[in-house]
Amino acid sequence: MDGYPQNISKVKNRASVGWLFRMAWRDGRASLRRLLLFMSSIVLGIAALVAIQHFGLTLEANISGQSRELMGADYLVDTDATPGPELLDTLAQLPGVMKREVNFASMLSFPDRSGTRLVRIRGVESGFPFYGSLVTEPAGAGMQFGASRGALVDATVMTQYALEPGDSIRIGRLTLPISGSLVDAPGNTQVSTSVAPAIWIPYPLVEATGLIQVGSRVEYNFYFQVPPGTELDAIYERWDPSLDNAQADMDLHTDTSARLGRRFNNVGRFLKLVGFIALLLGCLGIASSVHIYMREKRASIAILKCLGASRRQSMLIFLIQIAGIGLAGGLVGTLLGLGLQAVFPLLVGEFLPVTLQWGLHWEPLVLGVLLGIGMALLFGILPLLSGWFVSPLAVLRVNLKPTGISKRVTAAILLLILFVLWGVTSLLLERPLRALWFVLGLAVVFLVLTLIAWGIMRGIRKFFPTGWGFEARQGLQNLFRPNNQTLVLVLAIGIGTFLISTLYFTQDMLLARAQLEDARPTANLILLDVQPEQTEAVAGVIRPTGMEVLEDIPIVTMRLLRIKDRTVEALRADTTATLNRWILSHEFRVTYRDSLIPSEILREGEWASSYSGQGPVPISLSDNVARDAQVGVGDTLVFNVQGVPMETFVSSIREVDWGRMQLNFSVVFPPGVLEEAPRFHVITTQASDAERSARLQQALVRSFPNITVLDIRQLLGVVGDILNKISWVIRFMAFFSILTGLVVLLGAVRTSKYQRIRESVLLRTLGATGKQVLRVAALEYLFLGAIGSLLGVFLALAATELLALGVFELPFRPSWVPFGVVFPFITLLVLTIGLLNSRGVVKSPPLQVLRREGV
Amino acid sequence: MSKILNVDQLRKTYPSGDQELTVLEDISFAVETGTTFAIVGPSGSGKTTLLGLCAGLDKPDEGRVALCGEDLTLLDEDQRALLRNREVGFIFQNFQLLPTLTALENVSLPLELRGESGAADTARTLLSKVGLADRLHHYPSQLSGGEQQRVALARAFANRPSLLFADEPTGNLDDETGSRVVELLFDLNQEAGTTLVIVTHDMDLARRCHQILKLKGGRVQV
Repeated sequence: MDGYPQNISKVKNRASVGWLFRMAWRDGRASLRRLLLFMSSIVLGIAALVAIQHFGLTLEANISGQSRELMGADYLVDTDATPGPELLDTLAQLPGVMKREVNFASMLSFPDRSGTRLVRIRGVESGFPFYGSLVTEPAGAGMQFGASRGALVDATVMTQYALEPGDSIRIGRLTLPISGSLVDAPGNTQVSTSVAPAIWIPYPLVEATGLIQVGSRVEYNFYFQVPPGTELDAIYERWDPSLDNAQADMDLHTDTSARLGRRFNNVGRFLKLVGFIALLLGCLGIASSVHIYMREKRASIAILKCLGASRRQSMLIFLIQIAGIGLAGGLVGTLLGLGLQAVFPLLVGEFLPVTLQWGLHWEPLVLGVLLGIGMALLFGILPLLSGWFVSPLAVLRVNLKPTGISKRVTAAILLLILFVLWGVTSLLLERPLRALWFVLGLAVVFLVLTLIAWGIMRGIRKFFPTGWGFEARQGLQNLFRPNNQTLVLVLAIGIGTFLISTLYFTQDMLLARAQLEDARPTANLILLDVQPEQTEAVAGVIRPTGMEVLEDIPIVTMRLLRIKDRTVEALRADTTATLNRWILSHEFRVTYRDSLIPSEILREGEWASSYSGQGPVPISLSDNVARDAQVGVGDTLVFNVQGVPMETFVSSIREVDWGRMQLNFSVVFPPGVLEEAPRFHVITTQASDAERSARLQQALVRSFPNITVLDIRQLLGVVGDILNKISWVIRFMAFFSILTGLVVLLGAVRTSKYQRIRESVLLRTLGATGKQVLRVAALEYLFLGAIGSLLGVFLALAATELLALGVFELPFRPSWVPFGVVFPFITLLVLTIGLLNSRGVVKSPPLQVLRREGV
Repeated sequence: MSKILNVDQLRKTYPSGDQELTVLEDISFAVETGTTFAIVGPSGSGKTTLLGLCAGLDKPDEGRVALCGEDLTLLDEDQRALLRNREVGFIFQNFQLLPTLTALENVSLPLELRGESGAADTARTLLSKVGLADRLHHYPSQLSGGEQQRVALARAFANRPSLLFADEPTGNLDDETGSRVVELLFDLNQEAGTTLVIVTHDMDLARRCHQILKLKGGRVQV
């Protein structure tokens, strides 16, 4: 036996890594169109993610780069209490040039025309903003602001009331001319100014409005500019504690931009998740396509092994192909995402506080490419592994089935997939625990869809309608054919429909709530800042119009002095105190009454309906305040009621539905305590229509310029508008899931085409007409589309019901749109794609089809 | 003369439903280096199973197969693949060419797996020898059955094997093409001095070999 290798275990297979890549290319080029279709499954998901991620970073960079322009200063000191001597003294010592601002909500009216409008008055010293500029029409009006008596009026108000520079406006007791239209100011967004548009008036004129009275909600801002290079953090460290004591806060320009950045980041995270679901759907498509692809490659793998390729080499060839698809998908998706983000300013422009300057950020680009490769491999690994178990004996026995992957390996891979998904979601959400819930929730949705789809299939099989006609039976039977992709198609269609329907249901629920509030016989006009001596006169204006005074709520402002046995000063100084610090400097607006209102539920303790006059006053706290102040029933609180200390104890804790459009209070006193304290009133009434509401508002503003009127109907319109804009953005992102679902559908239909061709050809050879074959196919796609989309709608119904019960606590009445529009639309779409794909098979003669498709 | 293939008391069963089906029982024989050897028998006699076991494509339940001095039962799947790449060539009834590779690439494949340089040149020479010099870049689907089997022949000799297994090499070809392929097979085999093991039910073809092993019902027919 000389000349033969004596020990083959010591001989190495010498095929290089390059050969593996060459083989991957050689094999792949023949299936290039199919592989490209696999690739397109993940392109849209990656594009969506890269677009959001990149846009988010661009926005973050812009916000952080323009933070001074956003604030208009280097830092500011703000307080909602009238600045006392202590604060004024501290302000005088703070470094830099100071400009003052007083701002408050008020009603704007016009001496020479009808109409009133809730606005935010900003009394600003000239010279502010230090950074950025006021964009006005005419352009010079911003530059000259403060030099004359003129006001700058928000551009939307100017358009709404057809105002021109030179026209007069009235704010409280002050009438002044408009010097220009305010198009943009530091930190403004179209959305933020939609509820109460800003009116800039010169600071010295604020006093003349006569609107700063007891109980007025006034914000005092002091803006500072320091020389370049000044260490702002040092200023903060040095002065913030004393400002805290004077009930004021210091904000650096970087804090404001960071806070703003975080707010956008939160929205971005949600949108990233929606994009990620599109990617997951695509991955599902990849897993299914690779599964069929690898099944078709069994013969090739057996030949390779027979000729001497190892199991690893045979698997690596296809692994390289799938990684290549992932890489290509990642690259195309990333490029598409980069282009796509240019659309975002069109969608969210009204929410943006900065002018965007585009830059290139490498993190999303790397993430896009890595996600492409990683997800393709992750979801392709299970079908790829099947190649490992193909026996070379299959070259002799064509029908030899490979030994399956063990359940342990399958379970391990599924766990790995969940783990990686959790990792990626954590990266996107930056919240590992929430990411875990998201992944688990998603797994449950997938599992439920799979189980139901599987159950339906089994049910159809078990109770097969044998009495149906040939075409219907054949179409139904096709759902169980070998190599069928029923499950993956039902999943893809189901998840897509689920997403869209959940969005519809949820949005409808929220909008229905708003309409519900509107329809209820409750207040829709809320009159703020009514002085005690004005209440009767105001009622006298309301009643002749046929309206009722629904509520007259007294409000007393106060601050906390002590919590349990510690003073607020001591708590402020204690860096280890874990209570929420806003409590310490907040000015509470407190009411007194003897009973709960419909938006409140008593959670702990006993409701005190009266006060005996002896000992601490029993009060009721809302649960959020009790939690933030870390107090419970029985704990004592001392309030400073405008100079008078008042000892109280927590008698009860209430859960308050803050979402209701009505006046809610975090602290409620019993009657008989605060009646003599300086107070103001809130009066509510209901106007049956917009015209009566406008008439009353005009009459009120004319007689009582200090009163601010909140028109709930108008507010709901604004909220509805904002909600619509937000839902547009979400729908835009959900659209990617739908498109991906379609691509997956297209891929799945094409992948199973060969199987269909065989059967169609056989049917036609046996005498079936083209129409009959087409009808069989049509019925199959109809079943697939109907089952998938109906499952999606019903699952969305269940998910929204859970959301309604657990999150929104609202009654849920399903909208008909998902049933009446989404369900038939998706079903028809599946039918159309399927039939377009089958057309070629039916049109050509059987032999031609057999030759062309190499069957 | 040395023995290139030594089969000793081979037994192979397959599960068939709840039962076990014995396909081969007590098979022992040896093939001497440089000779030609035919395995014949009717359909279902176990010929192809025996070929699979001899080539290390499958493992026996009992017994031992020594190929080129290596006991196949002691090697794992990858080691058996390596041994095939070094010492064995194959010709199949249904050609078993990789459909996504051209004729030239199919023939180069065994050499590329060995990491040999000049694989394409060797493949080109071999394809010329089988009369396919003008079909180098054609895919299997673009070739006739006879041409495909000639590509398979060139591939079988590409790695200069010590032993060539042919499973019904003319089974999918018409008589005339089949005869031409058989002539080519024997010519190339003689030229390379390769040991040839043919599985066939064609007694005319079997009679051209030095030795014949007759199988019936999974046993050697004496």
